[in-house]
Amino acid sequence: MIEYQTIFTQVQARGHAHDGVAMDRGTWPREGKPFFNHWLGVIGNAQIGPFYLGTLGLASLVSGGLAIFIIGMNYLASVNWNPIQMVRQLFWLSLDPPAPKYGLSFPPLNDGGWWMIASFFLLLAVMLWWGRTYWRARALGLGTHVAWAFASAIWLFLVLGLIRPILMGSWSEAVPYGIFSHLDWTAAFSIRYGNLFYNPFHALSIAFLYGSTLLFAMHGATILAVHRFGGEREIEQITDRGTASERAALFWRWTMGFNATMESIHRWAWWFAVLTTLTGGIGILLTGTAVDNWYLWAVKHGVAPQYPDYWPTVTVDPASLPGAVK
Amino acid sequence: MKTISFARKTLAGALAIGSAILLAGCDLPPQESEQSGYRGTGMDQIRSPERVDVLQALNVVPEPQPEAPKDGPPVSQIYQNVKVLGHLSEGEFLRIMTAITEWVMPEQGCGGCHSDNLADDSMYTKVVARRMLQMTQDINAKWTNHVAPAGVTCYTCHRGLQVPQYVWFNDPGPTTPAYMGNRNGQNYPAAAVAYSTLPSDPFSTLLNNPNQIRVQNAVALPTDLKAPGKPIQDTETTYALMMHMSKGLGVNCTFCHNSRAFSSWEQSPPQRSTAWYGLRMVSDLNHSYLDPLKPVYPENRLGPTGDAPKANCATCHQGVNKPLYGVSMLKDYLTELSAKK
Repeated sequence: MIEYQTIFTQVQARGHAHDGVAMDRGTWPREGKPFFNHWLGVIGNAQIGPFYLGTLGLASLVSGGLAIFIIGMNYLASVNWNPIQMVRQLFWLSLDPPAPKYGLSFPPLNDGGWWMIASFFLLLAVMLWWGRTYWRARALGLGTHVAWAFASAIWLFLVLGLIRPILMGSWSEAVPYGIFSHLDWTAAFSIRYGNLFYNPFHALSIAFLYGSTLLFAMHGATILAVHRFGGEREIEQITDRGTASERAALFWRWTMGFNATMESIHRWAWWFAVLTTLTGGIGILLTGTAVDNWYLWAVKHGVAPQYPDYWPTVTVDPASLPGAVK
Repeated sequence: MKTISFARKTLAGALAIGSAILLAGCDLPPQESEQSGYRGTGMDQIRSPERVDVLQALNVVPEPQPEAPKDGPPVSQIYQNVKVLGHLSEGEFLRIMTAITEWVMPEQGCGGCHSDNLADDSMYTKVVARRMLQMTQDINAKWTNHVAPAGVTCYTCHRGLQVPQYVWFNDPGPTTPAYMGNRNGQNYPAAAVAYSTLPSDPFSTLLNNPNQIRVQNAVALPTDLKAPGKPIQDTETTYALMMHMSKGLGVNCTFCHNSRAFSSWEQSPPQRSTAWYGLRMVSDLNHSYLDPLKPVYPENRLGPTGDAPKANCATCHQGVNKPLYGVSMLKDYLTELSAKK
């Protein structure tokens, strides 16, 4: 039983490869002959395939592939088609949105036009994949919780790349497609709008994000800890509590006086994850449209603390002094 | 089980090598931190002792030239074509010429600027040097808000090199195809902006007009939806200039700003005001002295777009918040390099 007390899967229960339940509502057959992979078995189910491609899946993959292809070709062109330089500079390379002067118009291809086209296909790919998560869940007779959680992430994506730029009247407000460049964009965004840390929706988003990691750790640890009593069969224990469920509940009631249930813990996790991007999206949407300087907003509403003077004299803006140099 | 333990060893080895590669660019701990604002607000300066050692070795001030006799007629009556330093005695004049040779042309010597006829202006280096003397005097007279009390000499920037180590040119960035792969003046590792993906040449815009640096609006709520203020792109240019300042001066953002409200002056350390004057100073020097020298230079001294070398913060500071750690060289050359009486 010692295998159960490790932090990764050591025992791989492996039967014959199976194709999954028979489907009468699926439009496409599932593709590929299933096979097993030991290393994937360490982190999940060792069986790979069969895959369900479907209309939405195929369309999404094509759209997403096109978006990545356009971004990648722009990267490669920006290093004059030198693949070695593309690898060396990969973290710096970026496909940027149009300059502010173009507003909401369609700019020349090399001045943001490629960004517009890549964004269109990326948007299409994401929306089609959302449809896939919805319709595949319906086809299996599941609830659509995954689709709606994904929709919450898409909301933040749409606010950043579509809704807010339209409200601000310029595609230049959107995020560049690059590894460092989107991070610099994020920092610049916060600086431009007077420090996003004073944006209460940003604060909520962070609370839910960190809360999600905390819940994930608590739940994962709890289930692993009751593994030896069959705790990994948590779905069964939602309706038929066994000793694993009882012990897990007792542990949290002892340590913090309250415990979630085998069912409710998953609602906690779902809501924390969903609210992270939901509140984050609201925070971004309000930035620049409804609030221009979050720090000053926080001062206005008494949220930002005032600290005692530290330097012997108060620093004055030299531009405000009479006769200031221009 | 053997395969697994071998795999684990390989994995551990790969992790160790991978981390070593990833961390190779970092400074070894411990770092020194120094509180520079109200406690608990993250106002502190973090320095790597290793780097401080290197910088201190690089920022040693040369010995002053021996005192020279101040008596005698003004040198303009002795030598021809002395346009800037004619008020000095011959001794003082030769002393500053010796010092300039040591500071700027230690290898070439007098011949770096003078042909056989010392009064002749045929070498461009002499024309530039004369203008630089005027610039130095001007800085020490006009920009005390930034350079006092230490003041500047030729050595502040030149450090024994004919062209100071840190100058800037208009930088259009790497050439790319016209139809695809626009780098947008950014998105490549540029030393001037601390290898960020920010615009690699914030100087030609913002040092040209420092009043464009500010990007935040001073009101909580938008006042005019048709004029939404500075876009993110302008913010990135400002951010790039600030990265240059941070790297050029070897300081964190919090040396000049309270990072919770970058634009707030009353929460800023006093050195932000010094920096404000410094930005106006380099702007003025580039406009009045450095850029206009373009026709004087040979082609190999000009930048990729044919402009003259210009100054930014790093030109003098060279990684230290007070150039040469604040040691005044000017005090030994007051007659020569401070404002002409």
